[in-house]
Amino acid sequence: MRNTAETVSNRNSFVADVSAVASRAIRSLTREPEFIGPALAIPIFFFVVNIGALEAFVERQPGIDYRAFQLPVAIVFAVTGISRANMLVIDIQTGYLDRMLVTPIRRTALLLGLMIADIVLALALATVVLVLGFVVGVGFETGVPGLMAFLALSMAWSLAFTGFPYTVALRTGNPAAVNSAFLIFFPFAFLTPSMLPRDLMSGWLKTVSAWNPVTYLLEGMRSVISAGWDLSMILKAVAAIVGLGMVTFTMAFRSLSKRVATG
Amino acid sequence: MSNLAIETLGLGRSFGSNIAVGEVDIAVRKGEIYGFLGPNGAGKSTTVRMLCTLLRPTSGAAKVAGFDVMDKPEKVRLRIGVAMQDAALDDKQSGREILEFQGRLFGLDAKTRRERVEKAIHLADIGDSIDDWVRTYSGGMKRRLDLAASLVHDPQVLFLDEPTTGLDPISRVRVWEEVRRLNRENGVTVFLTTQYLEEADELADRVGIIDRGRIVEEGTPTELKRAVGSDLIVVELSGDIERASEIARSLRDVSEVTVGSNGLAISTNDAAALISTVAVAFNQHGISANSLTIRTPSLDDVFLRATGHRLSTESVQ
Repeated sequence: MRNTAETVSNRNSFVADVSAVASRAIRSLTREPEFIGPALAIPIFFFVVNIGALEAFVERQPGIDYRAFQLPVAIVFAVTGISRANMLVIDIQTGYLDRMLVTPIRRTALLLGLMIADIVLALALATVVLVLGFVVGVGFETGVPGLMAFLALSMAWSLAFTGFPYTVALRTGNPAAVNSAFLIFFPFAFLTPSMLPRDLMSGWLKTVSAWNPVTYLLEGMRSVISAGWDLSMILKAVAAIVGLGMVTFTMAFRSLSKRVATG
Repeated sequence: MSNLAIETLGLGRSFGSNIAVGEVDIAVRKGEIYGFLGPNGAGKSTTVRMLCTLLRPTSGAAKVAGFDVMDKPEKVRLRIGVAMQDAALDDKQSGREILEFQGRLFGLDAKTRRERVEKAIHLADIGDSIDDWVRTYSGGMKRRLDLAASLVHDPQVLFLDEPTTGLDPISRVRVWEEVRRLNRENGVTVFLTTQYLEEADELADRVGIIDRGRIVEEGTPTELKRAVGSDLIVVELSGDIERASEIARSLRDVSEVTVGSNGLAISTNDAAALISTVAVAFNQHGISANSLTIRTPSLDDVFLRATGHRLSTESVQ
């Protein structure tokens, strides 16, 4: 007569579920230098080129430190659109997602764990760009607390934007589609006062930029660097992040529900 | 308390108008190895996906480890291990990391996880490569790691969906040995889908044969084969098969004649005594047989009897 197995493992806490997925995703980050290289090269390139091209011109206006003006742009370039969505697509394609789905893991943890890894990467990239900013002489009017607020805004923005690539990954399961999701960032990034202050902009671009959440993000981040604590600017930045986050998270978690639905 | 590890009643799944699985009734006892045999597209994997809570049935009901797959999927997931048709692994993690991760997903505490991972590493039997990235592994190593990963949490019921497809013969035998050991030593109930007759025959305590979404035969391999007859005369023909089958049916001591696309299988209790009678009868009626061979029935003969076609491409069609 055979024994029959009766031992049963216990279901994790939600935090443990998220932590397990995040650990795996963070570990995978360290194994993909080909992913990190371009993510760092692009913001540094724009930072250096924009300053080289426009610093003398823009600083004809009184009261503008163009290097400080460009630092938030470089940070936003560094942290926007980076995500583990490609890893998720590979998990879908290889069946590894199914392997996770037959475990007792909570479905939302599958996405939240990846997003935590995204924040870790965003923080690492932002730190490198910040160091570059310090090297070229950018300082924070608001000191260390301002630096923390600046980083918090950057991370929150990064997180809010990741909803886009995850939505595409979950809807399509296609790596090419995920890569092209980055294109959505270009109108977000360039139809803004990324090169010039809004006072110097004119015509349709000025109108469009007023409706672009990145405009308020950049202005909030700049205010922390150059203008001191301006609560209204910071709140506008927070509102822009929350607004975008609500849209993208709704899309991403609905897509997750659809992807893991058993019906 | 039920002694059934898996129980389905009228279980079915349709995709639009396409019925992938019809009304399937299965009862697998605790500690049993149940072989689910059928050709590609018969509905084996769809059935497994329903039992593993990956796919919702569109009709009927199923209980696994005592819990309804639709009402209590979390309870089911805690109690099952699954190795899918293709080894589902992360190429950029090491074997050890994959086993650790699996343990974490099942909420094993650090000490238990360490112990179970060590056991699983022993089971996977991939030596020092356990700390290398999975992408460096051979197909056999991946399959063994996949199986080990599905066992880290010590499941009550193990689903193996075509576990040896694509493996070389040596790796295949190693997987069989491991499945037998798990079943014998740990009492794990095993639900094994396969398209290999030999695999079902070697491993399964009972076999369910599925064809076009429906179970067409069920029983122990011995029972099923005995139902075909104690001996078989397999006749390969290039002529009129229908006429040949009529002639064979008219002979004394013939229990049953099963018609295939290029021959007949004649069931009898004493093939050695009957074979010359068959040869003479065919000759007298101008039927030219390419070959007549005697053998004991296989599960393929059971499959042919139940469905009218063979599962194995190597057998007489």
